[in-house]
Amino acid sequence: MRDRTFTPSRMLIYLFVVLVAVAWLVPLIVVILNSLRSNEEIAQTSMIGWPLRWAFGNYLTAWSDFCVAQTCAGIRPYMLNSALVTIPATIFSTLLGAVAGYAVSLWRFRGDQWIYGIVTLGIFLPQQMRLLPWTIVLRDTGLMNTLTGLVVIHTIQGLSFTVLFCRNYYVSIPQELIRAARIDGAGFFRIFWRIILPLSPPILVVTVIWQFTHIWNEFLYGVTFTTGQQQPVTAALIALSAAVADIPQHGVQSAAVMIAALPTLLIYLIGGKYFVRGLTAGAVK
Amino acid sequence: MTDTVATAPRTGRSATPSVVGRLPEYLTIWVPLLLSAAHLISFSLWTIWISFTPSTLVPVSGWVGLRHYNAVLASRNWNIAFDNLLLFGSAFVLLSLVTGLMLAILLDQRIRGENTLRSIFLYPLAVSFVVTGTVWSWLLNPGLGIQKLVQDFGWTSFRFDWLVDRDMAIWTIVIAAIWQSSGFAMALFLAGLRSVDSDLVKAAQIDGAGPIRMYRRVILPTLWPITITVIVIQLQFAISTFDLVRALTNGGPGIATQLPALVVYDLMFQRGLLGRGAAAAVLMLLILLAVLLPYAAWRHLQRRRANHA
Repeated sequence: MRDRTFTPSRMLIYLFVVLVAVAWLVPLIVVILNSLRSNEEIAQTSMIGWPLRWAFGNYLTAWSDFCVAQTCAGIRPYMLNSALVTIPATIFSTLLGAVAGYAVSLWRFRGDQWIYGIVTLGIFLPQQMRLLPWTIVLRDTGLMNTLTGLVVIHTIQGLSFTVLFCRNYYVSIPQELIRAARIDGAGFFRIFWRIILPLSPPILVVTVIWQFTHIWNEFLYGVTFTTGQQQPVTAALIALSAAVADIPQHGVQSAAVMIAALPTLLIYLIGGKYFVRGLTAGAVK
Repeated sequence: MTDTVATAPRTGRSATPSVVGRLPEYLTIWVPLLLSAAHLISFSLWTIWISFTPSTLVPVSGWVGLRHYNAVLASRNWNIAFDNLLLFGSAFVLLSLVTGLMLAILLDQRIRGENTLRSIFLYPLAVSFVVTGTVWSWLLNPGLGIQKLVQDFGWTSFRFDWLVDRDMAIWTIVIAAIWQSSGFAMALFLAGLRSVDSDLVKAAQIDGAGPIRMYRRVILPTLWPITITVIVIQLQFAISTFDLVRALTNGGPGIATQLPALVVYDLMFQRGLLGRGAAAAVLMLLILLAVLLPYAAWRHLQRRRANHA
């Protein structure tokens, strides 16, 4: 059963997995090819085809000239918005999650398990239960339709994941290590900086990758709490596809889709192993 | 909230510095944790409260009992959304489970290029639903995508127009959702297969069990806990599906692919019926609890059994 010789049944297995893999790649290949075909060419044939003339200009148009709603600055400002939301929110939620995860798992205090349980509830609670309150809070604090507002939301909501990841990682650090350090007179922060943080890179990589992809890909909050020029790229893509419904511009739209997907695709290609670890860490615990 | 910070535990720790000296420590521990926990609880209660008030464009106090719930439950929009959820949820979970398990079993056969294949099956998960929904809306569009391609090849009577077919449109969401997330099921199953006790496998081999018997009798039964976890997570995903539908069909044609999450959004932000929207959100929560509570009970039982063993 587990040999490497080519028997007919193994050929069948290969044939099958390769076929599925091709099917899985088709959507990606189609977008890449379309992003290099002119709008006219796509309109004349179909969305699936080889570029007859390479239209690299699509990327330029998608990046800086394309019109979404009334403004014609391409997808660039929205990419910038997404970056300005995703990067700080990822850093804040990861750092806070690391400290809180350390406190919950190693420092221990009264009620820690309770509060940890409530925080991780955030993973399951549907976003829709929090939409209205966030709307009201953002309006009252003047953060409605600002990138800061989105950063605040993603930082606080992200804690549910980051605390879970870090806590599950830190519980395997022996309690004796902390006890010994405390006897030596080290306090909460000293132990965190000197002992916990140096042990943390593996989990911090997982957490950062997870949070980055999560926040970059988020759509509901982006579309609810921001409008026009303040929207992240996911919301802009939807606005864009509504805008071009009358005059299809699939070449440019494909280029825009590729640009918007690129940051998370790159992270997946580089840190795929860690991405999967985050996925399963969230699932199994 | 600040009360709790002030009364944060100072349980007798020897050589404890003064409370003031430890204030930064309390703040860093409690502020993020409390912000997170407090917003989850208070926001949920807030939404529940609004669902019982006469709020329309702005939240107002008052009490209308179950009026919003009755209105939502009586609306055609919600009923279609609920039926769609049942169909989409069960079809998607079942099919992604089967696809994921099959891929995991095949990848577990010491296949060359396993890493590459695994990456290919998983990559859709890294991409936003907005992106994948958009792409699938092109592929499934009868005038642009697969149908057009096949017809251009000469098979002019070929039809694949589910995207614009009221009865079939929900299946396009199933297709895209399976493509997006059966890699996740595969990853979990693969981890489960790799952790099967190799002694058990060897013993069964010595007993002369063929591969099919081996899977049916020895390996697959060990995967039950993973299977249930995958089912619950995928169901949870199905219940809150929003982006994918928004990008793929936007609930259409008509309201044929409406799902609860879209109904909530529509009521709250497009029709300005906050109370009714909140009631729909609470109904979503109840559907979710119907899945999660049995799961939590099962996990609890399992843990108890493990502790007793």
